[in-house]
Amino acid sequence: MTAQLAPTVLVVGNGMVGHRVVEELASRGLTRTHRVIVVGEEPRVAYDRVHLTELFEGKQASELSLSTRDQYEAWGVELCVGEAAVHIDREARTVRTRAGDRTREISWDHLVLATGSTPFVPPTAGQDLPGCFVYRTIEDIEALRAWPARVGVVVGGGLLGLEAANALRGLGVRAHVVELAPRLLALQLDDQGGALLREKIEALSLVVHTGTTVRRIEPGDGRAGVGRVVLASGESIDADVVVFSAGVRPRDDLARAAGLEIGPRGGVVIDERCLTSDERVHAVGECVSFRGGTFGLVAPGYQMARVVAATLGGEHARFDGGDANAKLKLLGVDVGSFGDHQARTPGARLVSFQDTRAGVYKKLVLSPDGKRLIGGVLVGDASAYGALAAAVASGTPMPKRPEELILPAREGGGGGLGVDSLAASAMLCSCHNVTKGSVVDAIRERRLSVVSEIKACTKAGTGCGSCVSLLSDVLKLELTRAGVEVANHLCEHFPASRQELYHLVRLHGLRSFREVLERHGQGSGCEICKPAVASILASAWNEHVLDKRHLPLQDTNDRYLANLQRDGTYSVVPRVPGGEITPDKLIAIGRVAQRYGLYCKLTGGQRVDLLGARQEQLPAIWAELIAEGFESGHAYGKALRTVKSCVGSTWCRYGVQDSVALAIRLEQRYRGLRSPHKLKSAVSGCARECAEAQSKDFGVIATERGYNLYVCGNGGMKPAHAQLFLTDLDEQALVRAIDRFLMFYIRTADRLQRTSTWFATLEGGMDYLRSVLVDDSLGICAELEAEMAAHVASYRCEWAEVLADPDKLRRFRPFVNSDATDPSIVFVTERGQPRPARAEERAADPEALP
Amino acid sequence: MSDMNRWLDVISIDHIDPDTGACALVDGTQVALVRVGEGDTVYAIANRDPFSGAYVLSRGIVGDATGAPKIASPMYKHSFDLRTGVCLDDPSVRLPTWPVRVRRGRVEILLEASLHAAA
Repeated sequence: MTAQLAPTVLVVGNGMVGHRVVEELASRGLTRTHRVIVVGEEPRVAYDRVHLTELFEGKQASELSLSTRDQYEAWGVELCVGEAAVHIDREARTVRTRAGDRTREISWDHLVLATGSTPFVPPTAGQDLPGCFVYRTIEDIEALRAWPARVGVVVGGGLLGLEAANALRGLGVRAHVVELAPRLLALQLDDQGGALLREKIEALSLVVHTGTTVRRIEPGDGRAGVGRVVLASGESIDADVVVFSAGVRPRDDLARAAGLEIGPRGGVVIDERCLTSDERVHAVGECVSFRGGTFGLVAPGYQMARVVAATLGGEHARFDGGDANAKLKLLGVDVGSFGDHQARTPGARLVSFQDTRAGVYKKLVLSPDGKRLIGGVLVGDASAYGALAAAVASGTPMPKRPEELILPAREGGGGGLGVDSLAASAMLCSCHNVTKGSVVDAIRERRLSVVSEIKACTKAGTGCGSCVSLLSDVLKLELTRAGVEVANHLCEHFPASRQELYHLVRLHGLRSFREVLERHGQGSGCEICKPAVASILASAWNEHVLDKRHLPLQDTNDRYLANLQRDGTYSVVPRVPGGEITPDKLIAIGRVAQRYGLYCKLTGGQRVDLLGARQEQLPAIWAELIAEGFESGHAYGKALRTVKSCVGSTWCRYGVQDSVALAIRLEQRYRGLRSPHKLKSAVSGCARECAEAQSKDFGVIATERGYNLYVCGNGGMKPAHAQLFLTDLDEQALVRAIDRFLMFYIRTADRLQRTSTWFATLEGGMDYLRSVLVDDSLGICAELEAEMAAHVASYRCEWAEVLADPDKLRRFRPFVNSDATDPSIVFVTERGQPRPARAEERAADPEALP
Repeated sequence: MSDMNRWLDVISIDHIDPDTGACALVDGTQVALVRVGEGDTVYAIANRDPFSGAYVLSRGIVGDATGAPKIASPMYKHSFDLRTGVCLDDPSVRLPTWPVRVRRGRVEILLEASLHAAA
């Protein structure tokens, strides 16, 4: 088909909705079968007007752009920006345009009007004075920003007005907001919601005047431009800038002149196919009038754009009027409003919650029978917006006590309408018409793991952005169902999470960082992804971490199989399983410490820490320790550390089980197991809990009938109590449960995520963990056990292997070209032991930077 | 010490594992020789981590930040651009670097005034 024969679609307007029309045409292949021409009067490609205020937060105008000329070119669409349509001839089917002083006629077969709206400026004396602005385009913002001002008046307390007030505030201007209605956000909120919002905004030093208007604007003394604003209430404000943002009016002048039908409140009248009174002319967005009403939000415009493209493609599509749902953050306050939020439905029931102390107001509007949600308002906390708005759209039945949906979440209580309860047909993204079902399908079929991928695949969340948290909830739920936990990309080198990489390493049998990088990453890696992949490889295959291909990946401590201290020396911790040690072995440790001049300290994990070892001393120290029967304690690894114990029933008058023997068996079973973070454990011989098992990643407390297993606790910076997982287990069942638990954690946790933070991310908490690890709801328990069995069978002492390998040993030399020792390491004696010399105790450091 | 620049033979390239650093003692100065990849690309940067004062930089992880070769200190994980010595996390800090070349499998470092200025 030649270009001459292809029907021409002319889109007038390249705003958000006009651009969307082109996207919708392109996605249907219509830009190949039609000649598509776009004219837009603004000097740039369509941009995101909704987020204009971000220009005041450091964003560049170019970052708001929704597309590029290249993209239009790739679609085969002729884009003419800086060219305004000035006349429509419906008979001849042409549009006259003007660019600068050039005019031309463009012929069309189908015309799409997307001329948008203009800011409404209520007739006000002095409105043309310099210093009066509107708030609509990037050019408006730039002009406003260039105008020096100290005090400003914003005319209009709706969405746009509050955005403008925020922008002024960002410029350091003290802002007054003047709203004709008795409350702020009159279209979105009820009186209580408006009052709360006002209170919050006034706390930000903004001044709010409701129920009044600007009577006149007067020039200042001795200055050209705005100087004073007088309100209808008589009040006068010494202001030097005025921003009109009192709503918009459809730009229907072209259509009007062309004789198209115009609505009672302005706007080109359209039907459900978005056709005007002329069958060949469509109209979309804020320039239309539909069932007598006009539009001021982008989401309905996007729906119209879809209907137009579908209609032109011969599909059956109908515009249903859209919704006026809105979720925004205005001046730092979260606001959401959806459905019949003003409860206009006869017989509607209300449930509301107000906490003026916390600054939260929430209202649900229920159907007369109380069974369905039909609308609502949220101020101060709009976190439930996505789920509630979707529940309105899909008619999700309400729980017995709908108030639970808006009451503050109680400790441990479920609270809220989880995404799980939404039907597949529920609309998550009304900007792009994406249902929960299609998001779930995309996640499953295309194995998506991060929200940005969902956005790319489905476009959901790329409009107003209000559904992003909901998308993240759906993703989390789906991934959790699949046995995967949510996380961000590892780093710039891997567009994948740790759990994805773990899965890929296992699935494809990847054995080296290079293989993982070549298949799933880019660049050469860094200190984030290298240790993370090293840990995954170690968990999966248990090869020696200092093998040539793994060596460059190892983090600080793993690199030398010892713990780096502040002066560049290392500490050494031999394994003392269960904390049980013979006198001979204690003496042996002491002898080694004496011989190498090491500082000794007992650890919290019932072991002995030997500090102050130079890197070149490590092999000799370990040769002696191994000769005395010790092995590596993995104190340096993100790995199992210790299983401490109390003396148990053998000695203790109260003990009911042999906690020492069990701790030794557990430590020997899991020693050397590398994991996303360190793992600590303990076994207590009775409920007195002397081993502090409830502060461990997995802890065991003996009972008369066996063992109780606690999981996901830790001490440290953010202590977490372990939670009771299973009770009265025999040792075999206990070991099986721990095997499964540890391997599930290793499989699904994020990098450097302790078990307690991992647990916090599991939707369904302990019940979920039991369903996976006890009831085997995911069918993975046999795999988990087999993986642990493979680890146990492959355990070797890392240090014994180093000593047997000259190639590994040579890496402990301090200088690659000299046998000298590092002169920067200096000790002094304190309380009979060595410690690193402080700066003032040593000769001046020759290499210290100025 | 002479003012003239001279290339000093330090070590065989085989003694530096690919994508790792190794510390060399050059005229009494601790220099981290960092080999990027498996070929002859080697950088020389001061071994002293300026944030801790410990001589440990050669023990860090080698990688890249948006393509720029770097090494991350094992102490507090500050990254340094291997080409310039500039700390990527705090550009006000810059470590001494020296030109390096590999000739017939030998790593050579160019000693010039800057080394002695630093040392």
